[in-house]
Amino acid sequence: MTGIRFDGVSVAYGGNTVLDSLDLTVEPGEVMALLGPSGSGKTTALRAVAGFVRPASGRVFIGGRDVTALPPHRRGIGMVVQQYALFPHMRVADNVAFGLKAQKLVAKGEIAGRVAEALEMTGMAAYARRYPRELSGGQQQRVAIARALAIRPGVLLLDEPLSALDAQLRSGMLTELARLHRELPDVSILYVTHDQVEALTLADRIAVMDRARLRDCGTPQELYRRPRTEFTASFVGNANLLPVRVEPGYVSFGGTALAVATESVAVGASATLCVRPHLVGLGDGPNALRGRISEVQWRGSTHRLYVEVDGHAVKADVRELRETPALGDEVTLHFASEDAVLLSAGVGDG
Amino acid sequence: MLVHSRGGRWATWIVFFVLFLPLFALPLLVVVAASFATNWSGAFPSGFTTGHYDAATTGDSLQALTTSLATALTASVLALTVGAWAALAAASLKERGKQAMDALFVLPVAVPSVVVGLAILVAFSKPPFLLNGTRWIVILAHTVLVTAFAYQSVSAAILRLDPMYEQAAASLGARPSYVLWRVRLPLLLPSLNAAAGLCFALSMGELSATMMLYPPDWTPLPVQIFAATDRGSLFTGAAVAVVLMGTTLLVLLAVSRIRTKASYR
Repeated sequence: MTGIRFDGVSVAYGGNTVLDSLDLTVEPGEVMALLGPSGSGKTTALRAVAGFVRPASGRVFIGGRDVTALPPHRRGIGMVVQQYALFPHMRVADNVAFGLKAQKLVAKGEIAGRVAEALEMTGMAAYARRYPRELSGGQQQRVAIARALAIRPGVLLLDEPLSALDAQLRSGMLTELARLHRELPDVSILYVTHDQVEALTLADRIAVMDRARLRDCGTPQELYRRPRTEFTASFVGNANLLPVRVEPGYVSFGGTALAVATESVAVGASATLCVRPHLVGLGDGPNALRGRISEVQWRGSTHRLYVEVDGHAVKADVRELRETPALGDEVTLHFASEDAVLLSAGVGDG
Repeated sequence: MLVHSRGGRWATWIVFFVLFLPLFALPLLVVVAASFATNWSGAFPSGFTTGHYDAATTGDSLQALTTSLATALTASVLALTVGAWAALAAASLKERGKQAMDALFVLPVAVPSVVVGLAILVAFSKPPFLLNGTRWIVILAHTVLVTAFAYQSVSAAILRLDPMYEQAAASLGARPSYVLWRVRLPLLLPSLNAAAGLCFALSMGELSATMMLYPPDWTPLPVQIFAATDRGSLFTGAAVAVVLMGTTLLVLLAVSRIRTKASYR
């Protein structure tokens, strides 16, 4: 059983810090998603584990062993990157056998068996004799995963593995990856992605990164239901963030009093109220917000309404409406008190 | 084609034929015509003979052809080995070191080859480095001259080679030497192939440095052509030139037919 630990890892390119003292532990057998926008440092963190970037300070541990000074080929990892990086001059079977041969991991006679097993696991057994150029993107990705798994690594690093696939393939591969992890419960997976759906679906825990820093870390449910920072709230699930003033027992948004739990923030302070768009309802109810519709988007099963309330666009995802409201219509929105999270302003956004 | 109108296309073709054909193709045709002629006093050669080819493919000329082929093959293989090695080494250096290597290997191209010839003559005429008077001084000069081109084309290819392949190989536990032999070199093979052809063609045609260095028993074909025309045997010289041209083109064609797995990418 192998875990990963970042101990104050910083990476800088020419004075530009791209990863700022990251402390993070991936437990053995855990799927940890590194989620963040581009330039947030998530890929750099993964490359520091792989050994392709050298930290300016801090240590990286794999399975309790300090690997900071080890070259990539001695770290015992498996890695899959966005562009697959299959060797174009080798057949699928030779690609998958590459790690076994390079490390002389198993006796010659056993290589074929291990290759077949890895290809079987990813459903690519029928393609062993093909060259990578003869495969589709999704098939290449499966081969890349088989190649990484053939060496039976304790740690699997996945760098945006699904970004180059189209939406339909992506959801199929997500299911596949979840199944693979169930079949290989001992493998720790570090999964870099900018896609919150991938992170929420696959990960046991999510580390949210932004501007070279770790902003938040927790289970998908924690991050989604109880985000600790504004960044997490907006990046994961695209929440409404309403600037409010905390009063005794309620908060005021513009002139409206909203009944939410206020224990976490001092009375009189400015704070941010976070409400998920799908938890905002149309019509009268508790915590009513009146405003005018500024934009309507039809999304098939739902309508996304943008309602201008006191100069703020409040997003609401409601079940598909029979009669689409017109722009400028005056409407009332509401949400349940327990669906709102109060964040003290500026927490974690330093 | 960027020109869309029919008239424009015709005009472009006419300009091409009028400007470029006389410059590139016609002089070569003239040499071919001269190699079959007995007499050339008017606008066109007259008299037809294949006699010059008898002279161009026997005796001294045949000797010179094998000399040229041996020199070019040896020099190309050496140049490719040294050039590729140096380019791989330079790629792993920091910016400064790489610039220094680039400068070093551009020298034989930047310096006139007659100067390179003279330099090698002076440097290798005294013991313990006495090569003067042997075939090796010619091969050495050719190697120095064409290594520059091998280095440059392999360098360019390494620059284009996506580092993700070596990183993928390293992540699978492959040592750097294993990555070099199993991943990088196979992926560079198409470029090495092209560089080999270029080196061979350049060496086959090298004259100026060779003139300063060649011993009597190692006379390459270009020297033979120069000597023939110099003593007035223009038509024989033309026939030898056609043999040189034909042989070089044949070898280049053969090299270009070598397809590697990586070239299917």
